[in-house]
Amino acid sequence: MTKDNTSPANGSILVVGGGISGLTTTLEAAEAGYEVFLVENKPYLGGRVSQLNQYFPKLCPPTCGLEINFKRIKDNRKIKVFTMAEVEKVEGSPGNYNATIKLNPRLINENCTACGECVDVCPVERKNDFNFDMDNTKAVYKASEMAFPMRYTIDSSVCKGSECGKCADVCKYNAVELNMESKTLNIQVGAVVWSTGWKPYDAEQIDNLGFGKHKNIITNMMMERLSAPNGPTKGEIIRPSDKKAPESVVFVQCAGSRDENHLTYCSYICCMASLKQATYVRAQYPEAKIYIFYIDLRTPGQKYEKFYKNLKEDENVFFIKGKVAEVTEEPDGSITVVAEDTIAGEKVRQTADMVILATGMQPAAKPHADLKVNEDGFIINDFEKGGMFAAGCANKPADVVSSNQNATGMALKAIQTLVKR
Amino acid sequence: MSKKYGVYICTGCGIGEAIDIEKLSDVPDEEGIKCTTNPFLCSKEGVEILKKDVADGTNMIAIAACSRRVNFDVFRFDGCLVERVNLREQVVWSHSREKYPAPTEEQKDDDDFVDHIQLMAEDYLKMGLARLEKVEIPEAHQMESVSKKILVIGGGITGLSSAIDAAKAGYDVTIIEKEAVLGGYAGKIRKQIPVVAPYENLVNPVVEAKIKEAEALSNITIKTDTIVARIAGEPGDFTVTLKKPGEKFEFDVPFPLPDEMKVDEDGKELDVEQLNEVYKEFNKGKEDILTFDPNGEKFGAVVLAAGWRPDTIEGDDYSHLGIGELPDVITNSQFEEIAAKGKIIKPSDGKEAKSVVFVQSPGKGEDDSDFKYCGSVTSLVSLKQAKYIRDDYEDGKAYVIYQHMRTPGLQENFYKSIQQDDGIFLTKGEVASVSKNGNGLIVEADNTLLGEKLKIKADLVVLAAGMVPVTVDDPVINLAYRQGPGFRDNDIYDGYADSNFICFPYETQRTGIYAAGCIRRSMTIEESVEDASGAALKAIQCIDSVTRGVAVHPRSGDMTFPDFFFQRCTQCKRCTEECPFGALDDDEKGTPKPNPARCRRCGTCMGACPERIINFADYSIDSIGSQVKAVGVPSEDDYDEPPLRILALVCENDALPALDIAGMNKLQYSADVRIIPVRCLGSVNVIWIKDALAQGMDGAFLLGCKHGDDYQCHFVKGSELASIRMKKIGDALSSLALEEERVTQFEIAIDEYDKLPEMINSFVEEVEALGPNPFKGF
Repeated sequence: MTKDNTSPANGSILVVGGGISGLTTTLEAAEAGYEVFLVENKPYLGGRVSQLNQYFPKLCPPTCGLEINFKRIKDNRKIKVFTMAEVEKVEGSPGNYNATIKLNPRLINENCTACGECVDVCPVERKNDFNFDMDNTKAVYKASEMAFPMRYTIDSSVCKGSECGKCADVCKYNAVELNMESKTLNIQVGAVVWSTGWKPYDAEQIDNLGFGKHKNIITNMMMERLSAPNGPTKGEIIRPSDKKAPESVVFVQCAGSRDENHLTYCSYICCMASLKQATYVRAQYPEAKIYIFYIDLRTPGQKYEKFYKNLKEDENVFFIKGKVAEVTEEPDGSITVVAEDTIAGEKVRQTADMVILATGMQPAAKPHADLKVNEDGFIINDFEKGGMFAAGCANKPADVVSSNQNATGMALKAIQTLVKR
Repeated sequence: MSKKYGVYICTGCGIGEAIDIEKLSDVPDEEGIKCTTNPFLCSKEGVEILKKDVADGTNMIAIAACSRRVNFDVFRFDGCLVERVNLREQVVWSHSREKYPAPTEEQKDDDDFVDHIQLMAEDYLKMGLARLEKVEIPEAHQMESVSKKILVIGGGITGLSSAIDAAKAGYDVTIIEKEAVLGGYAGKIRKQIPVVAPYENLVNPVVEAKIKEAEALSNITIKTDTIVARIAGEPGDFTVTLKKPGEKFEFDVPFPLPDEMKVDEDGKELDVEQLNEVYKEFNKGKEDILTFDPNGEKFGAVVLAAGWRPDTIEGDDYSHLGIGELPDVITNSQFEEIAAKGKIIKPSDGKEAKSVVFVQSPGKGEDDSDFKYCGSVTSLVSLKQAKYIRDDYEDGKAYVIYQHMRTPGLQENFYKSIQQDDGIFLTKGEVASVSKNGNGLIVEADNTLLGEKLKIKADLVVLAAGMVPVTVDDPVINLAYRQGPGFRDNDIYDGYADSNFICFPYETQRTGIYAAGCIRRSMTIEESVEDASGAALKAIQCIDSVTRGVAVHPRSGDMTFPDFFFQRCTQCKRCTEECPFGALDDDEKGTPKPNPARCRRCGTCMGACPERIINFADYSIDSIGSQVKAVGVPSEDDYDEPPLRILALVCENDALPALDIAGMNKLQYSADVRIIPVRCLGSVNVIWIKDALAQGMDGAFLLGCKHGDDYQCHFVKGSELASIRMKKIGDALSSLALEEERVTQFEIAIDEYDKLPEMINSFVEEVEALGPNPFKGF
């Protein structure tokens, strides 16, 4: 590892967060000839988009772009990736930063061939956070079959350790190191790009929308996993309570966004995400009724407007302008939502087999560095000062294409910092 | 270069259990190639063996182990070609011994026993060696000289930002602007939308400061009143001719013939000579694209930031809005012009306009669409302009009638601050009519939040006209490329110069030219400035890659490039026409002139060439063809019931990973298939399929990305072109008296790996139903 730290301090860039924005910044800077350290706290790269089933508006799988990006990383020796790593602090000034990185123990070393024999013998199960706890994995797991790096991880919070040790016994390659410890390393870099991304707003905070109380109310991110071929149901959209094929689905827009009690801003992606998810439902259930309760449908621009227009052609998709105020569970597990139709000025009720809350995004991390954040926690870019920048959803709520634009630009801002020195 | 081969077989991960390794080792042994087996080849000890051999001169390495998608860094050796023979995901994980049992002791001597998995492993190893034999270690294409200058087209906010960003990274930049002054539309506005808390007050335009900054930077050259006459050449070596708007001269770019001019009066296609004549006549007075302007300026890369123009709202669809008829019904950009000059006044009589209605959506019937080419910018602008009324007149009133208020993300904060202003009325509604009312206007709207039928007296009505990318009217970049002067396929995206990739927003079909700002999508000033940085980085990156002689995205760093054996070229022009990136320009006779720096190394030209004269160092007609030939095709001479052999040419970008994942999930598919990865289906030359069938293989299929408007092909056109070629192959097959059904193409997305077994197996069954290839055994 020391060998990789020997580059001149002003010659390299630290990218914090390996989601789509971080990957983009990393690759675009490295392919312009700069050395990049990419630090990701999860055991895999890809971040939020790796949990998505499809991108809007093309309805293409995010793993397609990720695969290309991973290939670009593999082919580029200027990139050093650290997974399960956290940036504990960054100190210094533009052109000269010292970053402290903690490498959390994976309990599986680089000998791992991803053969998977350890999984068969592992006696412990854990909730699968990648699938929002909708299924379980063993304590030794791989987040997804696309996981990069392609290596298993042991969840130390549930693993019984050496008292069990079955995985270590079965592994022919001495890849299991149950007593692996965390390490700390320091790296010198000239610029830092924070692409720490977003997390879904905690739907349980929205009392009136019943998430966590009623099984058949799920979030939009759960819907992505539920629709994904590699998800908990192998892509079958079914009601969580009884695995019933839904005949009707309600989408609740602005669940926690544009709301003074929760996130006051608009989360940018949720309208298009719900319209996209309506197409998931339609693809599996040609007759299902789909109700979308919204304040405004934010499908700006020709591409998004066209997507919305196509969906409007579907006579079993109903758009209702109104904010959902309450939900109740029916005896059969279906959910009734009540909203005020602001145009008609009356209350509308709609019962459906499943409800999907279009929950919004909030910044995932608070960076331990000298950065300005706004009242919602998004990092404000100070280009005058330079040196450290936020890219993608660490900076503001954005869709993937805007995040990638932004992340490409931030690669240049980082490079400018190095060139100046 | 002298080649020294080495074969390394890993027996881990179940390979050793499923395959008779000793027998497999016979494959290299028979060739006299050193073969090493190891139970854990990717371990330190395993790699040491390899390193030692490399030090001893081994440079052609076949690693028979896992997929090339894993352990890429472990099995990377400088100065060597490494072939990854995928025994793990592609053989033993996807073909179980339960389904394909290993021979029992007795069966081992039974000549008629077919050990499918063993045959498969042996075939793949033979194929890997065949490839190594035919490929060379690539050397990067070095250009004689590389210009590192960047041309920025457009001196608006995007162009200025892009130029400043590139200049600050140390690059020389020239900005050209068609108007006499810099600033574009961002220079013609009164105020800008706030982008930081408290989002309450409008801010002064930032473009002035940008102009000053650009003017102060010594490595930025500014040319106003200037447009592009033509851009010729390739990234790193563009020869650019600039001119004054309206000027005409010999280095104006020639345009390709429109289709209707390619035929005679009877609709018959013109021959090459006739075409040349018509072409010359059509472009009279213009030099051909292959003649470079001796006075042209050299540039390495281009940022296209030519921006937008306001849409005109006219026609029957909008007659209810009074536009064109009533002078006080204007568009948002006309309103901005008034605002920039002073207080808001009525165009009809110059009197104060204190009650203004902003219309966001044409509002006819059920349609809740905004005007064409609208986006969140037009929503935000209406709010901003509503505020002008309030700033100008204490008793001013603004009404914004919208179908959907589009202020996404943090821009919502500005919307919220506007909502606090009790002189601004915001409502959803359908505008039914705008009509004259004495000296003023009356706007009627239905289904509003303020009542079912709303009537508003207004001094002025402002329609939210969209922002039309200038590429709708004009190619702007005026490329002296045989495929034409503009970006291709802009019509898919309503004329926007956009990449159509979500993951890779800057990757257009024209290498080295990166679009930014409103020419790609309607963007706010803040968004345009951001986008400008990204495009500047891509331009810099392209110059850097060209300098190193390597490809840009998506095969970033690839040192290979297409090599043409011109003596055998028949000037059929297919390569020039089919290249998704317009990398080739043919001369009068039709001989292609390669421009390696424009090339993205997909190999579509190689796939297109009927004479098979286009090849890459490590990827060629012969390298794949030899792999096809290396497949053992058992016949009745070998077995009583010889198994089928089916060739699969698989796109390495999405389809091959999908096969890998299928293998990882232990999904099982027919052992009759032999897979060869290709760079893109566009690179598939039909000769491989013909050869496969001629040597007795029973069928062939292509596996690649989705095509159409929402294509997923990383090289835009590859899978589509392949499908066209596959349709045409039918004739060739019938001339061999073979059924067309023996050849097909499947589309697969990377996440559809679960569909692969069914897809493959049912094709194998169909071929089985046709019976064995009659050429087998000949």
